[in-house]
Amino acid sequence: MSSPLAAPRSQTRNKQRSNFELYGWLFMRVSGIVLVFLVLGHLFIMNILDGGVQRINFAFVAGRWSSPFWQVWDLSMLWLAMLHGGNGMRTIINDYAERDQTRFWLKMLLYVATVFIIVLGTLVIFTFDPTLG
Amino acid sequence: MATKTPVSLTATPIGTLYRGGEGMWTWVLQRITGVSVFFFLFVHVLDTALVRVSPEAYDTVIATYKTPIVALLEVGLVGAVLYHALNGIRIILIDFWSRGPRVQKQMTWVIAAIWLVVMVPGVFFMLKHSVEALFGSTS
Repeated sequence: MSSPLAAPRSQTRNKQRSNFELYGWLFMRVSGIVLVFLVLGHLFIMNILDGGVQRINFAFVAGRWSSPFWQVWDLSMLWLAMLHGGNGMRTIINDYAERDQTRFWLKMLLYVATVFIIVLGTLVIFTFDPTLG
Repeated sequence: MATKTPVSLTATPIGTLYRGGEGMWTWVLQRITGVSVFFFLFVHVLDTALVRVSPEAYDTVIATYKTPIVALLEVGLVGAVLYHALNGIRIILIDFWSRGPRVQKQMTWVIAAIWLVVMVPGVFFMLKHSVEALFGSTS
């Protein structure tokens, strides 16, 4: 006898599965909304306001990072953007890299690069020395 | 015995957002702009890290950002980020707003209009200095 509906599947498999992809999906939306403000604000200040990129130099950065407000802004932007972008890249690798080995090594490269940039950027913000030079 | 239930697939599936038309092309562009911005972000954290090396090293690399050719690339970057942000908001509305999926096409044209309205003055201010430098109206 065949039924038009698929038979209910075993529950054990569902229990073993993690919700990682669900949280990833949600993270993309939540971080995305925050990044709209952080990144578009950053681009507006840096590229358009008051002469744009022409006025940026070491002294300009020193002036901004003397304020905890801009430190927190830049730190949040760094972490959220790298994790949002890293998760997006992970999705794209999963979609297009067909061989298991290729997919694995591309993701390892992505994870190493992402962690490196997050750690480097965080260190730069926290150890910035305005008296350098 | 398990029997496979045949799944019927029509040539033009109904109720999909991602096959053909605006739904697919906005998705393709979201991927392209996302990957581009990610690679830029990687480079941008590296160039900003030069503030830990010396003010001269940082000022030297930032000087390249002020050249006319890189200014054009910055316009491309801002355009890509702005599209990615606007279409991201559209995706969130499709996912969480009950009327979202029904008006996704209209939302596509709304974000295209917002993109243009923001980019026109944006391009003007971003390229102002380069145009003046190239055509000599600055001393």
